[in-house]
Amino acid sequence: MIAIVDLGIGNLANVRKALGGIITSDPYEIERADKIVLPGVGNFGAVMKRLEPLKGTILDAINEGKPFLGICLGMQLLFECSEESEGKGLEVFKGNVVKFKGVRVPHIGWNQVFPAKECPLFDGIKNGSYFYFVHSYYVNPQDKEVIAAVTDYESKGKKVVFPSAVCKDNVFGVQFHPEKSSKNGLRLLENFRRL
Amino acid sequence: MLAKRIIAALDIKEGRVVKGIKFQNIRDAGDPIELAKRYEEEGIDEIVFLDITASYEKRQILLDLVKRIAEEIYVPFTVGGGIKSVEEIREIIKSGADKVFLNTAAVDNPKLVSEAAKVVGSANLVIAIDAKWNGKFWEVYTHGGRKARGIDAIEWAKEVECLGAGEILLTSMDTDGTQEGFDIPLTKAIVEAVDIPVIASGGAGSPEHFYDAFEIGASAALAASIFHYGKYTVRELKEYLARRGVNVRLE
Repeated sequence: MIAIVDLGIGNLANVRKALGGIITSDPYEIERADKIVLPGVGNFGAVMKRLEPLKGTILDAINEGKPFLGICLGMQLLFECSEESEGKGLEVFKGNVVKFKGVRVPHIGWNQVFPAKECPLFDGIKNGSYFYFVHSYYVNPQDKEVIAAVTDYESKGKKVVFPSAVCKDNVFGVQFHPEKSSKNGLRLLENFRRL
Repeated sequence: MLAKRIIAALDIKEGRVVKGIKFQNIRDAGDPIELAKRYEEEGIDEIVFLDITASYEKRQILLDLVKRIAEEIYVPFTVGGGIKSVEEIREIIKSGADKVFLNTAAVDNPKLVSEAAKVVGSANLVIAIDAKWNGKFWEVYTHGGRKARGIDAIEWAKEVECLGAGEILLTSMDTDGTQEGFDIPLTKAIVEAVDIPVIASGGAGSPEHFYDAFEIGASAALAASIFHYGKYTVRELKEYLARRGVNVRLE
């Protein structure tokens, strides 16, 4: 069973429809799940505060080797801290979250994702496929080995190449919204479901 | 690289699609979900739902529809039409819409734009501008195109950008319904005046028209009847654009 962590922000119905499982904020249900998805929109610090009561449960699950997928802000929360606000993230990965500079923010729309290493999330998905993005911050991992895919964002004559997916062992994160990325997004969610 | 977006528009009244749509193999051509799914299947990048339900009491029908769309559709969608308050905006976003758009209420009360941007974020806030050439300048119209406001559309576009709009949905009343092409001079003027993405709307009749809009810097182009009547599928349109070197999402 997959637990989709509900922090009271946005409608997660189509994530559940794609993955099955339950939308929950109950630590016992999250503990019982065999996979965890952490979707997220909003402010790093504010969402981390809401996540605080579940932090231990989520970290235990990750340490036990349960597959974990962070989506958008849910990916950023895997890191230590963010330029967006004070406070610590889940600190699963070393590194921080930084704001786009010199380009128009937010980065919004369909952009291409180029895998940087083998990652089961991208099985059957073509190199350079389009996914839907809405964000102003991106992750900056200390260990570049965790970067699973990159995307380049060009605007106002400047180009930023940023990590659009990370993966290490059982922990995955994507900056884009697979639940808004039509067939490729569904394929990626299905790949996660089948892990 | 970011793709140029193709957007389909659906007019909704009391939870049903109002304009007659001549798709083959559609069980219920009035069901917004079924049509939206069909568009998603063809490769649409985004869907705009314009609610033309006049009565505020029936707003709950729209919210229920938004929830259903959010559950069934896997591309971003925008909802607007008659929205007057931050509370309504919050409710529509909470129900699962990715973005909302404002039109008349923004002109009546520009403060609403900045308040809405604070509450839901600029990324989720679209300002729709309906404009018509009056011989001197492109004039802003509201109330579904019935009321001229004496405001210059270029100045208004700059103002809503400053107030926190994330995107402009620009409809030319001169070209709307003609199927003779988007209003290129108007679209170009707005694209050059602002830094935020501009969606060209009104007048699409052939794939070349989309090419023309992207050439002058529109980030997205919106159409209704060209798709509804099956004149071109979204896929055919995108294949044409890709052949002409436009960066589009083709799967």
